[in-house]
Amino acid sequence: MSEQTVALRVRPEALARPVRGFWEDAFLRLIRNKAAVLGGIIVITLIFVAIFADYIAPYSYSEQSLVDNNAVPAWMLKVFPTIRGYARINNKYLLGADYVGRDLLSRIIYGTRISLTVAFIGPLISLLIGTIYGSISGYFGGRIDNIMMRLVDVLYAFPGLLFIILLMAFFRSTLTRLTPGTFAYYVGQLDAKMGGMLFIFIGIGLTAWENMARLTRGQVLSIKEKEFIEAARAIGAGHLRIMFRHILPNVIGPLIVAETLAIPSYISLEAFLSFIGLGVNPPTPSWGLMISEGAGVIRTYPNQAIFPALALAITMFAFNFLGDGLRDAFDPRLRGT
Amino acid sequence: MTRYIVRRLLWTLLVLLVISLITFILMHSVPGGPFDREKAVPPEILANLLAKYHLDEPLYKQYLRYLWDIFIPHISRIPPGSSLTDDHLINIKIGNKLWLKWMNFGPSYSSRSRTVNDYFRQQFPVSAQLGVMAFLVAISIGIPLGILAALKQNTIIDYIGMSIAIFGVSVPVIVLGPILIWIFGVTLKWLPPTGWGAKPPFILGFIPSNLKPEFFKYAIMPSVALGLAQSALIARLTRASLLQVLREDYIRTARAKGLPERTVIFVHALKNSMIPVVTIMGPMFAALVTGTFVTETIFGIPGLGKYFVLSITNRDYPLIMGTILLYALILVLANLLVDITYAFLDPRIRLTD
Repeated sequence: MSEQTVALRVRPEALARPVRGFWEDAFLRLIRNKAAVLGGIIVITLIFVAIFADYIAPYSYSEQSLVDNNAVPAWMLKVFPTIRGYARINNKYLLGADYVGRDLLSRIIYGTRISLTVAFIGPLISLLIGTIYGSISGYFGGRIDNIMMRLVDVLYAFPGLLFIILLMAFFRSTLTRLTPGTFAYYVGQLDAKMGGMLFIFIGIGLTAWENMARLTRGQVLSIKEKEFIEAARAIGAGHLRIMFRHILPNVIGPLIVAETLAIPSYISLEAFLSFIGLGVNPPTPSWGLMISEGAGVIRTYPNQAIFPALALAITMFAFNFLGDGLRDAFDPRLRGT
Repeated sequence: MTRYIVRRLLWTLLVLLVISLITFILMHSVPGGPFDREKAVPPEILANLLAKYHLDEPLYKQYLRYLWDIFIPHISRIPPGSSLTDDHLINIKIGNKLWLKWMNFGPSYSSRSRTVNDYFRQQFPVSAQLGVMAFLVAISIGIPLGILAALKQNTIIDYIGMSIAIFGVSVPVIVLGPILIWIFGVTLKWLPPTGWGAKPPFILGFIPSNLKPEFFKYAIMPSVALGLAQSALIARLTRASLLQVLREDYIRTARAKGLPERTVIFVHALKNSMIPVVTIMGPMFAALVTGTFVTETIFGIPGLGKYFVLSITNRDYPLIMGTILLYALILVLANLLVDITYAFLDPRIRLTD
């Protein structure tokens, strides 16, 4: 009876509309969101800049020219009138040079590499540890769940920022003093090759997975009693198979969206660590490090802090817009949360 | 309710113990000691220093000694503050020349004339003042903005409000700080670019004794820099939550009864929509009070944050432990307060085990 009423109300032209799948639907919702599209374009541009930094940057990020230290281009006198009188003018540097005469623009361009790497690796590590931990906890339940979640509770009570500072200090000082030949020594060498990035990843990995573990556990709990899981168990699938083939694909969507929304926090975490001197090793150009160096001379040479700060802000904007758009596209009910 | 709180406090104690243990192990496994200098200290002096601070004992003994000093109250005849190794945070006179003393966080290794408690008394209040001011900024911008955006949903006001919110989330302190200093401190010269307007002693150990415009002149830029991102989070959450509550049946009932729209929103809807907002306020408050390192560095504020970073590089073990425990305590207590607030906001939530 009710089915009939519904059928009668359907307009014929609506029936002719092509049926769209979940992904297609989400994609269409995404590209209708102007802010998200703008964010996406900026992110793609940044990726492009990061990959081809060698060709785009006018100079090397570490090349010093001490005669040009703190030099500014002529156009900057109009923007920052206070620096007239003492600043050394050199139009060779588009955004000026820093305290040892390195080109700011080139350093900002190379800096995208650090921020973007963190933006992609950070969520990946957190997702990997968090989903495995959360799946095990939620799937097995009972005492295992209880113990595993209490551990997360304890880590949750650890002041996160302090913990990561402590970890970074630990890594920095331990692995620089090791005897050659040991495993830790090679890890230290690898980190030095990556300009100090490896430890940032480990630090993020050790501190950022707790939220993801909680979220995964909640999702797994809600899905593990469903009929298709019971069916899988009935035909003799093992725990691992059920967890990773049947449950995980059904819960991964919201987790990825949550991680996308967390990307700006990873970017600012790296900038923060580099700012206080526990992030990348100089001369690797990180925006956080550049802002820290620039903040010291903000009264005399404001350009040295403001341009890296703008680069960081624009990147954060882009990822925030894109993340919001993705969330709305995949789950329209959550719009604006 | 009482049982619940007692249970939670016991859990807090356990959490603090575990945290102190992790921190203790972590900091002692970092190579280098508190008395390493560029020019090596003569072995006899080093041995004396180590003996003075009990660093020559086995680690488990040092750990137990530390716990004993901070957790167990002592009764003593020695007047408080007579030596650097006998400085307690809480001193209660219980009789003639008899004091009950509790929480001795030990001497600082890097500053030979100060104890960790001195840092708690002089530096921590500054960080806390900054954190509280930033929290006030976050609430007073975030909640009105969120309510406004929700009530005018899908209008230009909503879009502008939410754009401001995204702007706020996207601009971290290390970006906003230098820009604010440059605009208001250097170019316009409206506000002092760096520094802090309050000095110890503080009223109740926390409130600045000179709450004059001068204090706020110093406080306004760092508070905004620190609080703006949080205000954006609060605004987004308030908006979303209020929108959800406004669709509930009891709101329709309230309107059907003929209540004025103002009553419906501010009495019926707002109270319930605050539950998720209050949830994040606990960790947010703790994060603001504890996470002021960058703001303090940029604005040259003499808070605890700078000394925490320094304490790690100096291997100042008591200061590392003290700061982490203090901040962890704030974090767990803030979360406990949030859970208790729930019960008042929503009578359906009962605090049981």
